[in-house]
Amino acid sequence: MSKESAITPEVIKSHGLTADEYKLVLEIMGRAPNITELGIFSVMWSEHCSYKSSKKWLKTLPTTAPWVICGPGENAGVIDIGDGEAAIFKMESHNHPSFIEPYQGAATGVGGILRDVFTMGARPVANMNALRFGDPAHPKTRHLVNGVVAGIGGYGNCIGVPTVGGETNFHASYNGNILVNAMTVGLARADRIFYSAAAGVGNPVVYVGSKTGRDGIHGATMASAEFSEDSEEKRPTVQVGDPFTEKLLVEACLELMATDAIVAIQDMGAAGLTSSSFEMASKGGLGIEMDLDAVPMREEGMSAYEIMLSESQERMLMVLKPGREDLARSVFEKWELDFAIVGVLTDTGRMVLKRHGAVVADLPIDPLAQASPEYDRPWVPGVKRAVIDAAEVPAHEPLAALKTLVGCPDLASKRWIWQQYDHMVMGDTVQRPGGDAAVVRVHGSNKALGITTDCTPRYCLADPHEGGRQAVAEAYRNLSAVGARPLAVTDNLNFGNPEKPEIMGQIVEAIQGMGEACRALDFPVVSGNVSLYNETNGTAILPTPAIGAVGLIDDVNKTASLPFKQAGDSIILIGETKGWLGASLYLRELCGREDGAPPPVALHREKREGDFVRGQIAEQNVSAVHDVSDGGLLVAVAEMAMASGIGAEILPPKGVALHAWCFGEDQGRYLLTAPASQVPVILEAAHQHDITAQVIGSTGGRDLTLKGSGTISLEELTGINEGWLPGFMSAPDANS
Amino acid sequence: MKAAVIVFPGSNCDRDVAVALEASTGKAPLMVWHRDTALPAVDLIVVPGGFSYGDYLRCGAMAAHSPILREVKARAEAGTPVLGICNGFQIITEAGLLPGVLMRNAQLKFICKDVFLKVERTDSPFTRAYAQDAVVRLPIAHAEGNYYADAATLDRLEGEGLVAFRYAGADGSVSAAANPNGSARNIAGIFSENRRVLGLMPHPERLAEDLLGGSDGKVMFDGLVEALS
Amino acid sequence: MKAKVHITLKNGVLDPQGKAVQHALSSLGFGGVDDVRQGKYIELELSETDPAKARASVEQMCKSLLANTVIENYSVELV
Repeated sequence: MSKESAITPEVIKSHGLTADEYKLVLEIMGRAPNITELGIFSVMWSEHCSYKSSKKWLKTLPTTAPWVICGPGENAGVIDIGDGEAAIFKMESHNHPSFIEPYQGAATGVGGILRDVFTMGARPVANMNALRFGDPAHPKTRHLVNGVVAGIGGYGNCIGVPTVGGETNFHASYNGNILVNAMTVGLARADRIFYSAAAGVGNPVVYVGSKTGRDGIHGATMASAEFSEDSEEKRPTVQVGDPFTEKLLVEACLELMATDAIVAIQDMGAAGLTSSSFEMASKGGLGIEMDLDAVPMREEGMSAYEIMLSESQERMLMVLKPGREDLARSVFEKWELDFAIVGVLTDTGRMVLKRHGAVVADLPIDPLAQASPEYDRPWVPGVKRAVIDAAEVPAHEPLAALKTLVGCPDLASKRWIWQQYDHMVMGDTVQRPGGDAAVVRVHGSNKALGITTDCTPRYCLADPHEGGRQAVAEAYRNLSAVGARPLAVTDNLNFGNPEKPEIMGQIVEAIQGMGEACRALDFPVVSGNVSLYNETNGTAILPTPAIGAVGLIDDVNKTASLPFKQAGDSIILIGETKGWLGASLYLRELCGREDGAPPPVALHREKREGDFVRGQIAEQNVSAVHDVSDGGLLVAVAEMAMASGIGAEILPPKGVALHAWCFGEDQGRYLLTAPASQVPVILEAAHQHDITAQVIGSTGGRDLTLKGSGTISLEELTGINEGWLPGFMSAPDANS
Repeated sequence: MKAAVIVFPGSNCDRDVAVALEASTGKAPLMVWHRDTALPAVDLIVVPGGFSYGDYLRCGAMAAHSPILREVKARAEAGTPVLGICNGFQIITEAGLLPGVLMRNAQLKFICKDVFLKVERTDSPFTRAYAQDAVVRLPIAHAEGNYYADAATLDRLEGEGLVAFRYAGADGSVSAAANPNGSARNIAGIFSENRRVLGLMPHPERLAEDLLGGSDGKVMFDGLVEALS
Repeated sequence: MKAKVHITLKNGVLDPQGKAVQHALSSLGFGGVDDVRQGKYIELELSETDPAKARASVEQMCKSLLANTVIENYSVELV
């Protein structure tokens, strides 16, 4: 695009600006913008950068606690984990690019979230991902699973950060809009955190990393636009990742961060040089002047517009202390990365860009940032669904139902996925994928982090408020189940078109539910990302507020894992079982129904139970722990058995509806195992804490027996559970 | 025992192997950056895993032609033990220190999991602490670990007892079902003719601590310390 | 002068990627593809103007880095 491009209504529309927003542009500029300036407004005011639809509601989330060092607003959230150390983490979506080009979309998603974390001074130590794909029967699903998994692995494996867990769901609502939410956790010294606010008029602005090409131009606005059938033609704007360069960039940045050279640093993510330079200046209350001729470029003849909007990967912008340029240059040259002084901080409060000696853009920073649109979009509360009485739900033979459930796409083993991720590099992975939460030792210490991602989108559709509460509560539960004290969460809110009141209602209610749970559980939100317009031809995804969470284990030798450990242990159920079948997997997979109100979460009990379970783990009273979630009690028992190769006998209580007892998804429950000698101690402790606890069976053998209903061999169950995904992926029309 | 770990741009198991070495030797190994051409006198040289040069062109190809590798080769010829793990194995085969080549896994995917290995020879500094024909558990993590050499080379390796480890079942049986990547004759690791160079795809440094799930890998490092101190 | 280098797997060396491409083609309905071998193509911009010298130098590059002659063949075309 040349400088002369006329600013026609079509051009304005293609930049995603409404007529009202363009009016505001004219007001701020005092004249018509040129195309470069329009491009800058467009990306800064895109949903992706401005959170214009969700900001009002995001502000209601709790973000503080004594252990929170930095909440939302920076590249990632920072929490204190004691001993002068901090954990830095965030989850971010790369949904639209991954649908268009799954390998590169997912790979660059991982690259972007890694940069968010090491930009703040942390060495990345763990990756997670939360993936949602369409119906397995949809013709694109297999190709997308294949590409996304290969892309996540391709990037994470190469850079040498273990991918330690995550979750994967399948549902037809994601047929045209898959979700790829990637999370990175890093570790830093608490007194060596780096921020993005520029400071020091006259200080040099430095560009490091890869060269700038024409890739990804308008990715940020694409990420904020609804899909239509012709989106597949958008392929050329997808950027390509280079994990090797990013590995060098991590090492170079961490090496420079060990000196005192850096004043501020920001990665060039979505909207590239525009948002990084703009945000640094804006946060510092300063101006910035850049000579775009100095930007390292991969292609010839790039215009200012293209340079500013390029989303080439593996690039960073930093402000250095005066006189430290040579030191910084020598570090980046050692790692064979580009290094260029591209500008200087000014006191004008304006962003001034030059190309070929002429000023090509000149705009005021504060007015643009402050006028960033914030909408109070109309919303309607969701219609409450009826509570389903278990007695009305057909009672299938429980062991046959169990087979169906452990082999259904959402519950089938995801080994095929996580075996493609290096989950052991860095030598601190204490619990590998497949458990309730990953456990990663804090390198060189006796502490560990528990890490999990959670969300149950079918609950969120049924009741966004309850679903928001449940997503947070389940993350809390999964951390507790490995013995980690839950500290903070990052959220990745994936929804449809917020301009529709019913979708906006989902957003509002889910955030309100999350906020309630976070407050009740002392579990603040420290970072997050919003992905809206996940709709194709007017059909929205299930509301998916994915939660990533981090907890702390004080003694890495005192954790718990889900496999049974030995025959003869008692199995203890913590929490109340009423047999809630509404919105359950049983209802969906066995009865073909996706209705009913979701199980309610009792937050006061949730906290008490979590404290209790962690206490039992710390006292080493228990041999195995697993939270009871998707699929209910019998599925949870089967998972513990399959993971260990040790069977179990379960004794259902008398007078219950067996199918509801086995497969109801009542919240706030855990399964513990313990040697018989410990059982009285545990039950007594539960009683003292006013927690429901009962022995429901014992471990042993190679079969799973449900007393009164029969027996199934673990070998058969495991075959079903492990078989589905590899079978699906190797079906004849698989793409290579 | 004094050890050196060679670090290339893109190496990512350099720290892991340094930790494992330090746990066995009591002192941190020397980390040698690829641009260095001088290598101090050491008892063991480790070429670690990772993605040197991003695995671009071919895994290990560019690292194999770096100046430091010429020095490693010279030391190996003079008898200094060299251990190449995963990408390090790829590098030293590309450099001609060991015969054959590591090709793309038969099922084309990166694979990270524990495998069982049968210990084929114990008369080397690397395997002396294992029992003959012992079955050990170590993790693999690679997309290109499919060992290939022509039939004559494979026959020679077997005939001269230069196969160090083979992929096996938990019971030690060497079968196609136990072969995770399509390697010729289930080969997971091979020795040089004097058994002073070992290249293997599995990662001994990753299971060298019970907390991480096992310590069969530690046996290798402990054996090296005994042999080379 | 430009050198175009084609690197292919030697006959007899299994090519799993080629096999997968062949499989994918047949599942897309392209019949009659008897075999697929996947290779690499590398372009080099050379300052050398003498074709004989250029060829000799590129062949050396192939032997020492660009191809692994244990499993790969190469061919050089100068344009």
